[in-house]
Amino acid sequence: MPLAQTATTVPVVVNDDLCIADKGCTVCVDVCPLDVLRIAETAEGSKTAYMKYDECWYCMPCEADCPTGAVTVNLPYLLK
Amino acid sequence: MDEIRDGIDQIDCDILIIGGGTAGPMAALKAKKKNPKANIILLDKANVKRSGAICMGMDGLNNSVIPGYATPEQYTKEITVANDGICDQAAVYRYAQECYGIIQELDSFGIRFQKDQNGEYDVKKVHHIGTYVLPMPNGDTVKKALYRQLRKARINIINRYMATRLLTGEGRVAGAICVNTRSAEFLVVRAKAVIMGLGAAGRLGLPTSGYLYGTYENASNSGEGYAMAYHAGAGLANLECYQINPLIKDYNGPACAYVAGPMGGYTANARGERFIECDYWSGQMMQEFFDELQGGKGPVYLKLNHLAEETVAEIERVLHIVERPTRGHFHRGRGTDYRKQMIEMHISEIGFCSGHSASGVFVDEHARTTIPGLYAAGDMANVPHNYMLGAFTHGAFAGEDAADYVAEMDFAAFDQADIEAERTRVLAPTKREDGIPPNQIEYKTRRLVNDYLQPPKVTAKMHLAQKRFAEVREDMENAMYVRDAHELMRALEASSILDCADMAAAASLYRTESRWGLYHNRVEYERDDENWFCHTILTKGDDGMPASRKQDVKPYVVDIAEDEKDAYAKQRVKPSVAAE
Ligand SMILES: Cc1cc2nc3c(=O)[nH]c(=O)nc-3n(C[C@H](O)[C@H](O)[C@H](O)COP(=O)(O)OP(=O)(O)OC[C@H]3O[C@@H](n4cnc5c(N)ncnc54)[C@H](O)[C@@H]3O)c2cc1C
Ligand code: SF4
Ligand code: SF4
Repeated sequence: MPLAQTATTVPVVVNDDLCIADKGCTVCVDVCPLDVLRIAETAEGSKTAYMKYDECWYCMPCEADCPTGAVTVNLPYLLK
Repeated sequence: MDEIRDGIDQIDCDILIIGGGTAGPMAALKAKKKNPKANIILLDKANVKRSGAICMGMDGLNNSVIPGYATPEQYTKEITVANDGICDQAAVYRYAQECYGIIQELDSFGIRFQKDQNGEYDVKKVHHIGTYVLPMPNGDTVKKALYRQLRKARINIINRYMATRLLTGEGRVAGAICVNTRSAEFLVVRAKAVIMGLGAAGRLGLPTSGYLYGTYENASNSGEGYAMAYHAGAGLANLECYQINPLIKDYNGPACAYVAGPMGGYTANARGERFIECDYWSGQMMQEFFDELQGGKGPVYLKLNHLAEETVAEIERVLHIVERPTRGHFHRGRGTDYRKQMIEMHISEIGFCSGHSASGVFVDEHARTTIPGLYAAGDMANVPHNYMLGAFTHGAFAGEDAADYVAEMDFAAFDQADIEAERTRVLAPTKREDGIPPNQIEYKTRRLVNDYLQPPKVTAKMHLAQKRFAEVREDMENAMYVRDAHELMRALEASSILDCADMAAAASLYRTESRWGLYHNRVEYERDDENWFCHTILTKGDDGMPASRKQDVKPYVVDIAEDEKDAYAKQRVKPSVAAE
């Protein structure tokens, strides 16, 4: 039973220009109650936060606690 | 992060508190204060800084009993009546007597409550009879303030560990088995007492949007508290008294008539007419809501478009920043302006939650469950209509009682084989090459909950539910497959959700009468006080399946006159009023 590759759009977006994960910030990843954010590392070694799992309660601690205002919480498409 | 690692550690403490949302932190603070030498651990699946129902804040205390506005006797009476008489009053009465002290304590933590010009608490009337709602103008600070207190009291906090099973031995609690949500490593915590504050079973029914996490409750509250208590052999009370809420359609957050009501907003039908006298959530109120929809007068709305600009602006200010701050985005996206349009509402999917109804692990007025050394408080314990202040206050009771209990107790011995059995169960989905992902197991369970368990309840449909749940269980136990530790957390949640679904069906089938309005509307049966004026207690039977029995309602502490008993049954606005 192989798994499919069904695409899904995620509600939380991070502005790469503002995110300071490079400097070691992980605040949004730390606070999310659903634990759906992670830090991605590009081939060049720069880091940004992103939404890895589409399992969001649209509650907003990630946006409220981000020190640089890099996170925007939108409503999941299915209910918006 | 997220790779599955093999590992197991064991630690000891006097009191293990599971769930650092609302009840848990208060239990920790009170236990530490009473017994400063006690070694206390507060463990959470998320991060205590921002976990639980109040992760962003709260609009107000829905059930404060404040001298000058209400008495403990009045409150106890109101909640008993709102819960159709099925209430061991001692726990409600003790809460009503002591919650004012907790408010003052929260105030001293820096959480401010609305006061009038004379500096008195400015309490609002929302309930059918009494006045209990206290707004929190800076409700967004509640979690931060609590966290500061936890640091100050040097409570040991363990984040991102999910408790999966309780350990018992010698007829009492012995600890808990926990799994790291990012590495799948195990942590066995031996404890002399365990306090559970794991919140509601918020992912039981499926939201109509189809989004698994589009729930009313914080979606990390997936019912482990209920499932763990069940597997440990504790009694769970009145689970058939589901939580069903009147919510903003699709958004699935509270419309907040509690905030808007005192400012002139109300629940209306499609004609803009008021049809219920009181917007306080109860089974009877939900039944009227349901009847309005069935009668072709829906949709039902929250109506604010008749209010003055300053009032609407104030309502927006409160509702769009504190409790569910994405609400503003939602309305903007839909083009809803409170000044012009009414806000479309609907009937939510079902859940278990005593915070709003009465379905929970059975506890007494000390927050003790039926297992010695095991406590429960907040949304998962069965004290009716408990809300946030109930979670804080009963959390305090649990912390204080546990502090005394552990002073005289040693660790209970337990069977090591229980740990091995749990490791095998938890890790099974990691050992397969492929299979069914947890999101599909969960979706199917919850879709079946909607199809067959959502009231009005029908016997034949509930039997079908049991059959289908057994099929899903078979798949879950033999074919569920995960690729990383995060998915493993979801797999464990799917298992709790399925346990709760089984309990919901069994409890609902057992009570062969209708009670609590829509919450337990069994269309084939009338209300039957002669046979069913009692609690139902569900436990895990010897065959491993849910078993139910009746338990007497304890004699009332506060008497209720015959003519007061059906105050909550009279919810519908009389025609002459409706025409105004
Ligand atoms: C949207 C919303 C609005 C509300 N508005 C109001 C209001 O205005 N006024 C009011 O009085 N009440 C309100 N309530 C009710 C009130 O918030 C709750 O009754 C109260 O916060 C419940 O507290 P609790 O401790 O039981 O659960 P929570 O505070 O939800 O805490 C449960 C904790 O358990 C953790 N957990 C869950 N599973 C596990 C596991 N397996 N292992 C470890 N940890 C786990 C969670 O991460 C969470 O931290 C509202 C609730 C919601 C959802
Ligand atoms: S909190 Fe903000 S800055 Fe920090 S990692 Fe997240 S997005 Fe980047
Ligand atoms: S909105 Fe809430 S659930 Fe969604 S990513 Fe942010 S913190 Fe996590």
